[in-house]
Amino acid sequence: MEGTCPLTTRQIVDEYFIENRTRILDIAAYLDRLERSSDGDPASKDFRMDAFRRALLALSAEGNGKIEQVQLIFSDPTTEPKEKLDTKSASGAWNPAANV
Amino acid sequence: MYYIEMHGHMISRTTDDYRDMAAAGCVAVSEPAFWAGWDRQSADSFEDYFGQLTDFEPKRAAQFGIRHMTWLCLNPKEGENRRLAAEVIQRIPKFLDRPNVVGIGEIGMNRITRNEVATFNDHVQLALDHYQMILIHTPHLEDKHKGTRVTIDNLAKFSGLNPKRVLIDHAEEHTVGMILENGFYTGLTLYPNTKVSLSRAVDIIERYGAERITISSACDWGPSVPTAVPQLMLEMRRRGHSEELIRKLVFENPLEFLMQSGKFELPRLGILAQLRQAAFAD
Repeated sequence: MEGTCPLTTRQIVDEYFIENRTRILDIAAYLDRLERSSDGDPASKDFRMDAFRRALLALSAEGNGKIEQVQLIFSDPTTEPKEKLDTKSASGAWNPAANV
Repeated sequence: MYYIEMHGHMISRTTDDYRDMAAAGCVAVSEPAFWAGWDRQSADSFEDYFGQLTDFEPKRAAQFGIRHMTWLCLNPKEGENRRLAAEVIQRIPKFLDRPNVVGIGEIGMNRITRNEVATFNDHVQLALDHYQMILIHTPHLEDKHKGTRVTIDNLAKFSGLNPKRVLIDHAEEHTVGMILENGFYTGLTLYPNTKVSLSRAVDIIERYGAERITISSACDWGPSVPTAVPQLMLEMRRRGHSEELIRKLVFENPLEFLMQSGKFELPRLGILAQLRQAAFAD
């Protein structure tokens, strides 16, 4: 996988650092906002935020393949079709408790 | 640079969008049948929709020199309703001879239920019965990986199916490999928030190459950008990719795929279906 991007490391940092700095600040602010919620309910109770925390941990790992790992953290790991439609829209993360 | 918008739900867009796309180099749009945002109540409603896709919309696109092609089906969001699906599938064949119909799509699954799988298989059989190409939607977000896997497994059950006449769309990093490995065309959708960003799309191309990969905006009635494909061209130039590679992704690959229908042609560019069809015949 090495060498597939035409840019050098320095060029990638020069081109993409600022926009990704912005993204990580947005995530930090989002996590702080959850701490300031009006009801004080812990976000960790929500299955989506549980997956979100695991995805953040995956970003700190060494090596390539982070994007696939994060995608799979949010994905339904089951293989059988559902017996019936539960809801029309996806929620962004698999909910093990709701699996039928 | 000329480009082909492989997946645009243009009935949801304004005529000004057609003008902007044409100004940015768009010479053709392929429009799959789509969910209206609410479930249609009868097969008659679908007939009206198919009439719009095959009559009114090509005329609107032609005002700006854009060739409009379309795909017909009952959309995956409505696939749970087996009775309605059967009625709609029965009515599709009478539209297949219309000059801008290139195949059946975008079929697929939404939440991956047994009914949705059955409706998907009925559509695949319809396509095979009428020698139509197939465009497949893959589910959103947490359902994408499983939905893509189930889609490919089901397609494997159809012995007469040529994977080069099938495009499995909305691929992401965790699904593009399995689609390409099984010989299908695929599409990267530049749709804000729920699909692939410009930079991630270019990352995927850098890792998987350009063979059998197409690019689209999938613009529709939701937040989406009809000129996302030219924006991808800019992102590729930002990284130093060649004009040849960009042209292959945004023009040559969709051209090769659509030409297999035998109907797709761009006379303004001197490209006629009859000539190219022989070149891509198996």
